[in-house]
Amino acid sequence: MADLHVELVAADRNVWSGEATMVVARTMSGDIGIMANHEPLLGVLRSGPVTIRTNDGGTVVAAVHGGFISFADNKLSILAEIAELADEIDVDRAERALQRSKSEADAAAERRAEVRLAAAAGAR
Amino acid sequence: MGAQIRVYKRRIKSVTATKKITKAMEMIAASRIVKAQRQVAASSPYADELTRAVTAVATGSNTKHPLTTEAENPSRAAVLLITSDRGLAGGYSSNAIKSADRLAERLKAEGKDVSSYIVGRKGVAYYSFRNRTVADSWTGFSDSPTYGDAKAVASPLIEALLADTAEGGVDELHIVFTEFVSMMTQTPVGRRLLPLSLDDAGTVGDEAGAERKKGEALPLFEFEPSAEGVLDALLPRYVESRIYNAMLQAAASEHAARRRAMKSATDNAEDLIKSLTRLANAARQADITQEISEIVGGASALADANAGSD
Repeated sequence: MADLHVELVAADRNVWSGEATMVVARTMSGDIGIMANHEPLLGVLRSGPVTIRTNDGGTVVAAVHGGFISFADNKLSILAEIAELADEIDVDRAERALQRSKSEADAAAERRAEVRLAAAAGAR
Repeated sequence: MGAQIRVYKRRIKSVTATKKITKAMEMIAASRIVKAQRQVAASSPYADELTRAVTAVATGSNTKHPLTTEAENPSRAAVLLITSDRGLAGGYSSNAIKSADRLAERLKAEGKDVSSYIVGRKGVAYYSFRNRTVADSWTGFSDSPTYGDAKAVASPLIEALLADTAEGGVDELHIVFTEFVSMMTQTPVGRRLLPLSLDDAGTVGDEAGAERKKGEALPLFEFEPSAEGVLDALLPRYVESRIYNAMLQAAASEHAARRRAMKSATDNAEDLIKSLTRLANAARQADITQEISEIVGGASALADANAGSD
């Protein structure tokens, strides 16, 4: 099966890159799964977990807070202002942030914390 | 013992202390250049991919967007000037300011009003001293900007771009920053960020676009949710990432300029110490010569007196 090359880049660093068989991401109009030889696509992402199935059978989950997905010539890039791999996420801290944002009614922070927790849960 | 030597010794001591400080600042700046360069490198994949995506939308669709279309009669332009917060960096800030002044003059000659946006305390001080109006300014992060800082700078600019010219909006966005060419060379440059200028090859005409291979055909993209939607979301990010890149380059340039300024200050201090030491030695020798001649003179006077009394 053909593989696609994935680059997951945040504004200030390269988060992950490698070969994958499929990538699932959440765009403005719903989840989208991309496999090799998909037609060229440029989409706006909503913040949510991104799942990358690597070609060696593993799974990489990342929390992506907004951004874009672009796919062409079997090269997929996910651009996000903030992106973290699931194993970089500090679950306790995210939970604390969730509590805090709920009590302060900070919707953006709450969403960020939820996405982080979802990504961390998805990786397990 | 002459008072002169004491004066020289004191000056040597004070210059040595200054030299220690400038040497320390030189080394701090040198270590920060490396860090700043790494940050520039780390931010470039994002900027490159974003430029690619913007190029793809701009060429792959016929969408009209206020941020990509040139106004028929551009009447107001925003100039974002990036300077440093701290001095002691040689001509770093003043060169950037001069370059912004030149750009503003050119824009005025083209019949456009210029509204200034300034990053860095030095630029703000320059403008407020001359009572020039500043649309907005930011200070406090010039030597290590974060993406959040870039976002804070970009948001009023994007707002101004989207607003009607009649209501204080702007038609063009220019950015003046100091480009990090190498450790020894940093040049202030003025670039037009928006509206995007598409060159003949259809790529976005800026430094990142220019690096792309000419004639590389872009595939026909499918846009999700729509070309307009993508462009709406993409352009603010594009502006932010360009500003972020400019601020990081400016930070690297600032450190490089400071390192060079501090290096020449250290060298000057060394020269000064050398010449002061020579002067102090000459004064010491003059003192000794004088003492000897006094002793000899005294002794011969005594000898003469003794000879006279015999």
